Amino acid sequence: MTNKNHPDHLLISQVSIDFPTPKGPYRALDKVNLRIEKGEFVSIIGHSGCGKSTVLNIVAGLYQATEGGVILDGREVNEPGPERAVVFQNHSLLPWLTAYENVELAVKQVFKGRKTKAEMKEWIEHNLTLVHMDHAMHKRPDEISGGMKQRVGIARALAMEPQVLLLDEPFGALDALTRAHLQDSMMEIQATLGNTVIMITHDVDEAVLLSDRIVMMSNGPAATVGEILQVNLPRPRNRVEMAEMPEYIRCRHAVLSFLYERHGRKEAATPKARVNASKTDEESEPARGNVVELKTLSAKAA
Amino acid sequence: MNTKQLFQTFAAPFLGILLFLAIWQVGAPKIVTSLGAVPGPVQVFEQFTGLIDEHQAARQKEVEFYQRQEERNAKAKAEDPAAETEMRKYTGKATFFDQIWTSIVTVMTGFVLAGFIAIPLGIVAGLSQTVYSAINPLIQLFKPVSPLAWLPIVTMIVSAVYVSDDPTFDKSFVNSALTVLLCCLWPTIINTTVGVANISKDLQNVSKVLRLSWWTHVRKIVLPSAIPMIFTGLRLSLGIAWMVLIAAEMLAQNPGLGKFVWDEFQNGSSNSLGRIMVAVIVIGLIGFALDRGMLFLQRHFSWDKSMALR
Repeated sequence: MTNKNHPDHLLISQVSIDFPTPKGPYRALDKVNLRIEKGEFVSIIGHSGCGKSTVLNIVAGLYQATEGGVILDGREVNEPGPERAVVFQNHSLLPWLTAYENVELAVKQVFKGRKTKAEMKEWIEHNLTLVHMDHAMHKRPDEISGGMKQRVGIARALAMEPQVLLLDEPFGALDALTRAHLQDSMMEIQATLGNTVIMITHDVDEAVLLSDRIVMMSNGPAATVGEILQVNLPRPRNRVEMAEMPEYIRCRHAVLSFLYERHGRKEAATPKARVNASKTDEESEPARGNVVELKTLSAKAA
Repeated sequence: MNTKQLFQTFAAPFLGILLFLAIWQVGAPKIVTSLGAVPGPVQVFEQFTGLIDEHQAARQKEVEFYQRQEERNAKAKAEDPAAETEMRKYTGKATFFDQIWTSIVTVMTGFVLAGFIAIPLGIVAGLSQTVYSAINPLIQLFKPVSPLAWLPIVTMIVSAVYVSDDPTFDKSFVNSALTVLLCCLWPTIINTTVGVANISKDLQNVSKVLRLSWWTHVRKIVLPSAIPMIFTGLRLSLGIAWMVLIAAEMLAQNPGLGKFVWDEFQNGSSNSLGRIMVAVIVIGLIGFALDRGMLFLQRHFSWDKSMALR
């Protein structure tokens, strides 16, 4: 699969995945195609259960695509690895290690033999400072707030110096204010490091604020890329100023109309199959999509 | 602490014990056995002090025994410097406290050896579905077997295999320790397996993304996650082990508290019932102490100090 002349940084090509169910295979994703350039920030948005987390898990190597594949810098992805670091929704810090030790575990693994002890220490502290966690480095996850845990999770992922940073609804479990803070931090880090980022989200504002492109996914079964929206907003972006900008309003409207007018979730046509097939998706996503959709529908009816 | 809490923590247990002793003291003399009336708490306590006296007397005898030997040997040397002298070992009857010590050493030996086998096996079974499928039927088959059923087999095998002119351990000790080991294995294996198999999916994914080696994965993620379940298994094992050991000692006449109880029962003196009751209480206290010891270790090794342990 190696092709040195390939211009794409990350290529998701014809990716389909079937999950086995008692009633036969359930096709969760069907022919997902996506090209991502180096340094690009791409959000994937869609309703709960549309398989957007599944796409991320395939890129991460945690799931194997049934058909098609993912190519990163000319090499096919077929197992998880630190060059595709993941920030999980539920922080996934080891609860028995301090913030510092959590990052250290990753750094030791990735830079074994490449950095000296002192260099590693400096690198760990540097990354924790980047996410503004230098004041609580030696606290354990149960001693810090949810937002702080997520910051450490981001620091751990950044410390691996990934080629692609994968964010699986990183701010989904946080309250609105903390989420805003972390989004600002994320933009700041992105401006400094210029990482390639794929972020899964169900928050329209978050997607528009952070992304260069927004990938909108149709509903499952056999979910696929519906539309891709280019966000032409200047950086650095300020959430308050942006709220007034026509481009921001256009993007926001485009995503909303995709999600709720053209691809409004047909109310649970096959709820059983969905639960069986994409359990991880259902679990990690609060059924917010449904609620919003019902509200929009009733608003329209009125 | 308010009055109610104070009452619940201190007064209630005290009252409970007091009530128990009162019923015992009043009820016991009403039952007359072939060995006389059942002793009440006061008589049992007298037997306890009697056992202490006996123990001290035996120690005294031992000291004197060695003194006499040394004197005799010194005298022989003085008469003829080339004279060959030897020290004979004191072989007096084991006292109640000697038997307690023997039992504790035996149970800990079997228990620790079982832990060295069961925890690694449980970890491997928890990580690998294949290994689990392979050993699960055997565990399910052997788990419900009373360890006492093993005793004759263990005894025969030890007699056949453990043959040595100068054995480091007594055969009876090896028998008891192996029986304890056999009954400690199952709860520890099962609980370790469950603990390891239920590690959060998120943490497993972290391990995969980091490409942790098998050994680092076990050390950094599996062991800390499974510690609470491992200790649950160990505590269950130790509790069963202590009960089984006493029974095994009675049945096989291996030295220890069980043998003490059996000897007293066969002895049939008017003191016997009281002495057996002392043994019962001591067995209970040691069992309790062993469990508290495990709890202490669990608190020490567990990362989650806030977890309620009881």
